[in-house]
Amino acid sequence: MRFQAASDQALLVYLGEKIGAAAHERVVRLLRLLQQEPIAWIRNIQPAYCSLLITFDATVVDHAEAQAKLSEYESRAEKMPAGKARLVEVPVCYGGEFGPDLEDVAAQRGLQPEKVVELHIARTYQAYFLGFAPGFAYLGDLAEEIAAPRLETPRKEVAAGSVGIAGRQTAVYPFETPGGWRLIGRTPLEIFRKDREPMGLIAIGDQVKFRPITRAEFLAARQA
Amino acid sequence: MSLLVVESAGLLTTVQDFGREGYGALGVSASGAADAVALRLGNLLLENKAGTPALEMTLKGGTFLFPDGAVICLAGANFGAQVDEKALELWRPHAILPGKRVVFGPTKDFARSYMCVAGGIGVAEFLRSASTHLLSGLGGWDGRALRKGDVLPIGRLEKNIRRRKLRAGVLDGLKPGKTLRVTRGPQSDWFPEEARETLVGGEFVVSEESNRMGLRLDGPRLAARGKAEMISEGTPLGAIQVTPSGQTIILFVEQQTTGGYPKIANVIGADLHCVGQLRPRDTIRFAEVSLAEARALWIEQRRLLDSEERLFA
Repeated sequence: MRFQAASDQALLVYLGEKIGAAAHERVVRLLRLLQQEPIAWIRNIQPAYCSLLITFDATVVDHAEAQAKLSEYESRAEKMPAGKARLVEVPVCYGGEFGPDLEDVAAQRGLQPEKVVELHIARTYQAYFLGFAPGFAYLGDLAEEIAAPRLETPRKEVAAGSVGIAGRQTAVYPFETPGGWRLIGRTPLEIFRKDREPMGLIAIGDQVKFRPITRAEFLAARQA
Repeated sequence: MSLLVVESAGLLTTVQDFGREGYGALGVSASGAADAVALRLGNLLLENKAGTPALEMTLKGGTFLFPDGAVICLAGANFGAQVDEKALELWRPHAILPGKRVVFGPTKDFARSYMCVAGGIGVAEFLRSASTHLLSGLGGWDGRALRKGDVLPIGRLEKNIRRRKLRAGVLDGLKPGKTLRVTRGPQSDWFPEEARETLVGGEFVVSEESNRMGLRLDGPRLAARGKAEMISEGTPLGAIQVTPSGQTIILFVEQQTTGGYPKIANVIGADLHCVGQLRPRDTIRFAEVSLAEARALWIEQRRLLDSEERLFA
């Protein structure tokens, strides 16, 4: 555990130095404990791969006091049971108009597009954290064979439900937003709905699996 | 319920309050007023709660009709507002008679002007806030900037508004400056000493490509030492991150909640409202302060803003 002042009212708590299950588990445990036993001076918690960014009420505590309290929480969080991860299945129509970059990714990696899909659906992914936009979950780790860099020039508009890959990560865009990930398919599911509880389909700590569907199934699901 | 009719919306007008801080785990950034100090004072002058939803206008305001009348207070930048071609002074309550319209023009000084209304703007809350989050189209009025023809419910007047006035000197101490005070960022030591000196010694110009998500700065390029790969982490409000090309960006209220660019410094809490008042092409500088100094300044500003006696005559 390592602390770093991030701003005059924010503290970064590092719980690992490498992306992976070990750091992720510590992040989720500390987050869960902070949610179960909230601290009044914490204004926001932003989890990521290996860290939590804690924004605090600087009229109440300073960095040293925040650090001491969080150390105490972390020592208790370590002993908490991991809890069972939820499995979320996401149906995806791959390629074609829904996955405009599938062929490029395949060509870049010297694979057939079908093989890219096969490798994408083969794994169960860890939802490391949510960021970028409400409900946007960073999922990993993608098979090395289909890892692809971000687009040089991000798209101004990426359709909601688009499934993208960037490096060893994959994600589903919850909203129509700009985006630089390479798009290989699209889900008919609504990833984030403000009139639903929970609003986001995928939460930190979830396991996510993709399932291929046909264009007809995609359109039927959209109608429903 | 009384109404407000948008006859022209201006450049970018949204409903904002203090934002929805606390939902980082859902990937939701706080959003909220770019100049929270102006929003607070405008509301308090009307005896509203400090964080009552108001209209935030950007660089150029619109025209708003009040068919049922209202009491309003303008705060922040001066957009030359008028009623019947008579100028409306900022920072004091004004009664708008039924059927009158408030006409705003282009800014005369800063970037954002707030129109607070006694009783507030009535929009549905999303995650306990009325703030508009433009990227995801959530919150505020239908999740978007206002358009011509929108009709918004506003609070009905339930009491007479006192003619409240700010004490002399209050605004001087809170006037948005062009020198932003910063503390060291979490990756400050990724940068060579020259880069840190350039940050506090150089001049930067706010680029046209700046918005509520972030302010891109033109000026000296800052290069990080080596090419260490950073693991994405949470980004604080006001973080100054440096892209691989050396460009500096100040992350702002509608920021992405996480990011993978190194952060060389962070604007202090007491100066965040100044960031909200920066216009494209403004020249700015940075000055480094310690965490302890930044905290003392923040506490001092909070005390002032929480004290009715110190604020109002």
